[in-house]
Amino acid sequence: MSSRNKILTAVAENQPSAAPLSEFDFLDAECIYLSETFINVLTGIGGIVIPVESMEEIQNYILQNFGRGSRTVTNIPALENVAELMRRTSISPHALSDVGYAIIDTRLAVAENGAVWVTEKSLSDRVLPFICQHLAVVLNAGDIVPNMHAAYEIINADDYGYGTFIAGPSKTADIEQSLVLGAHGPKSMTVFLMM
Amino acid sequence: MKVGLFVPCYVDQFYPGAAIATLELLEKLGVDVQYPSRQTCCGQPMANSGFEHLTSGCNELFIENFSAFDYIVCPSGSCVLHIKHHLQSNKNEIKAAAIRNKVYELVEFLTDVLKITNLKGSFPHKVGIHQSCHGQRGLHLSQMTELVAPSFSKPRYLLDMIAGLEIMPLDRPDECCGFGGTFCVAEEAVSVKMGKDRVADHIRNGVEYITAADLSCLMHMEGILRRQGSPLKVIHIAEILNGGCAV
Amino acid sequence: MKTTDKDHAALAHEFNKDAPRVDWHDETLWWVRQKRDNAVKKIPDWEELREAGSQIKNNVLANLSGYLQQFEANAQANGVHVHWAIDAKEHNEIVLELLRSNGIKKIVKSKSMLTEECNLNEYLNLNGVDVIDSDLGEFIVQLANEHPSHIVLPCIHKKKEEIGELFHQHLGTPAGNADPVFLTETARRHLRESFLTRKAALTGVNFAVAETGEFVVCTNEGNADMGAHLADIHIASMGIEKIIPKRKHLGVFLRLLARSATGQPVTTYSSHFKTPRPGASTHIVIVDNGRSKQLGREDFRNSLKCIRCGACMNTCPVYRRSGGHSYNNAIAGPIGSILAPNLDMKKHADLPFASTLCGSCTNVCPVKIDIHDQLYKWRQVIVKSGHAPLAKKASMGAMTRVLSSPVSYKVAGKLGRLVMKWAPFAVNNQFNLWCKQRELPLAPENSFGEWYRKNRNNKPKDI
Repeated sequence: MSSRNKILTAVAENQPSAAPLSEFDFLDAECIYLSETFINVLTGIGGIVIPVESMEEIQNYILQNFGRGSRTVTNIPALENVAELMRRTSISPHALSDVGYAIIDTRLAVAENGAVWVTEKSLSDRVLPFICQHLAVVLNAGDIVPNMHAAYEIINADDYGYGTFIAGPSKTADIEQSLVLGAHGPKSMTVFLMM
Repeated sequence: MKVGLFVPCYVDQFYPGAAIATLELLEKLGVDVQYPSRQTCCGQPMANSGFEHLTSGCNELFIENFSAFDYIVCPSGSCVLHIKHHLQSNKNEIKAAAIRNKVYELVEFLTDVLKITNLKGSFPHKVGIHQSCHGQRGLHLSQMTELVAPSFSKPRYLLDMIAGLEIMPLDRPDECCGFGGTFCVAEEAVSVKMGKDRVADHIRNGVEYITAADLSCLMHMEGILRRQGSPLKVIHIAEILNGGCAV
Repeated sequence: MKTTDKDHAALAHEFNKDAPRVDWHDETLWWVRQKRDNAVKKIPDWEELREAGSQIKNNVLANLSGYLQQFEANAQANGVHVHWAIDAKEHNEIVLELLRSNGIKKIVKSKSMLTEECNLNEYLNLNGVDVIDSDLGEFIVQLANEHPSHIVLPCIHKKKEEIGELFHQHLGTPAGNADPVFLTETARRHLRESFLTRKAALTGVNFAVAETGEFVVCTNEGNADMGAHLADIHIASMGIEKIIPKRKHLGVFLRLLARSATGQPVTTYSSHFKTPRPGASTHIVIVDNGRSKQLGREDFRNSLKCIRCGACMNTCPVYRRSGGHSYNNAIAGPIGSILAPNLDMKKHADLPFASTLCGSCTNVCPVKIDIHDQLYKWRQVIVKSGHAPLAKKASMGAMTRVLSSPVSYKVAGKLGRLVMKWAPFAVNNQFNLWCKQRELPLAPENSFGEWYRKNRNNKPKDI
């Protein structure tokens, strides 16, 4: 018998009798001030939030603040005059290792934990939001939901090959619980919050 | 209402004052309380050490001594929890089940059965409440800090009735003292470290008397305090509630 | 790597020789517990969330065989390869074979406690494969040639000066530099090179979704993603119990996990891997290694609900004062103590006794595992299986005889108090472990029983 069958047989023999899968409902979470909560939580975990009202404001911010001399890329066509537009997946993801700033967009964010959801649909390459030194995300305030349950309602309406929640810059506290921003992923994360 | 007084073995032998205070307090509150003289031990020391299968002698003796009462009251949370969860009998399971339902630790008996609302007595001292784990997490004598739930404390409710008594807040209100039954010698280093940290919390916060509903915890902390030569004292809650014994 | 014959009590005794260090270790972990408390208090229905997590996992255990098959079918439909390993040995062999067949001799790993359990690193090293652990905490213990001491905070037992010294020796950083920012930046640059050059990445699995065949990996550092998205082959190791039924259940578990573990609302990255990256391959290795046996133990199967958050370790007053290495098991603390005896009852007979049964662990567990009740039950099993030390058996036998007989009990009690009063040195000495650092209670003249006979028996009752 293959290991697979041995394992499945042992599991089937040993598993307890039925425990029903009851439905639970955490969807009616009270969270009126979605943007405010999102901003507070994200800044609390080391993210930067820039409220904006137009793409032009974002373009100006990028020009003024994102390091000159470092490679700035984006998946957002409207930003192609301030960043290198990645239209398709790179021949090799390793070619992105010199990216200083990456600006991507998202259609979903979660107020309770300051996370944004991105899938391959917003990413030319899966590694892009990790390999860059600094990450920026464009988010519409209207796309913020209260909690993860609400988020999965939206996620489930679509599909993906890869998706990830990103909550702030990469970090570690492994050295005596001292929080350090910038572990292996980006050292900073900026959210342009389109009000 | 006939109440049988269950006195834990080590209280009987080493801290009779707490048992006397329990008895006197119940009598003052008009309770008909008797002490079955053939009682010994609830069996917890063996059971917690993995020898539950040796406790049938203790179980049968307990059933024999206590079946006839309407309530069984005991000044020890851990012993009561043990009886509630582990008293069983092959011969007398119906009686065992009945006992499991009518055994009470002293504090919860006062608040939940007698429902007392005031007590005479004074104890003009700074008191730290040690929340013995079995009483707190097992019998729910007070809310534990782990849960997101409304806070309450039955010991505190009673202590607030005593004149002059000031309850001091602690840094870690419900951390274990480290007694743990045979753990206190089997893992002596950790047990004592836990006890030292507990008493240090009380000392830091200006406590004069540590009180608890469990003398095993108090015995362990007192042992450490006396070895340290500390003036901090321990006192079982029954002795405070019984009119604030002279110090 | 050190292995030891010493039991938890002996190792904890050594750990406690340095009292200020114990204080440091204890206070650091207590602070993590407090961060957890602050985070969960912000969720008004936290207790309902725990109940939901618990019930979902109960359902998983009751239908595990079906869910595993559903997961496999969906993963395969997504283009992912699925392998099955009965035990640690087979897991390691499968991983090695995958590497060999792709001509790979260097891999980069992100955190997987399962691979610790299987001793994968050692096995690969012996077979000519270089492994680099990319999680900073695991990278540090790897440099120190130690096992992690905590499942979430691998080097919580190490001071920054010690870490600085390790980096100085192995990476050439300046001696004496213990600045966490500098050391982290050093590790970032050093490991970036590994991510960019190594062709295989091995990750763990936090949750495997039966409904869709996807699996989720949670990190703060981004190392799992850096490895997986740059490698030609992504290997993901998971225990059979990592299954959850539906994708929407991630809403419950991702809300429970990080808050319980570190007090964060969510880990920085919660990556959902469904299909392989175009041009690369993904392999999942599903591992049993004693889990199906634990599933069959009615009293202990709930331990398989564990989502590896570590909250039980952070709250455990014994773990905080003895350190993870005192448990001599890949997974330490309360959850380790109810999992390990199933793997090797003889080796780990000491662990269920390394506890006061205070119950704190049970009440922080996000999936409501009855940890302290299981510790009590394991004690009964271990003693009945003959693993109690002889001295303990003898003393328990004696105690039983005394406590089962009212007469013996009274006599023994009286004798004991007399000895304590008149010959205290007989008991108050260095051979009596109670007395090393504590005074014995003072022996009263009369027991309560004796007092009662004198003061209450045969006296008319006052009304």
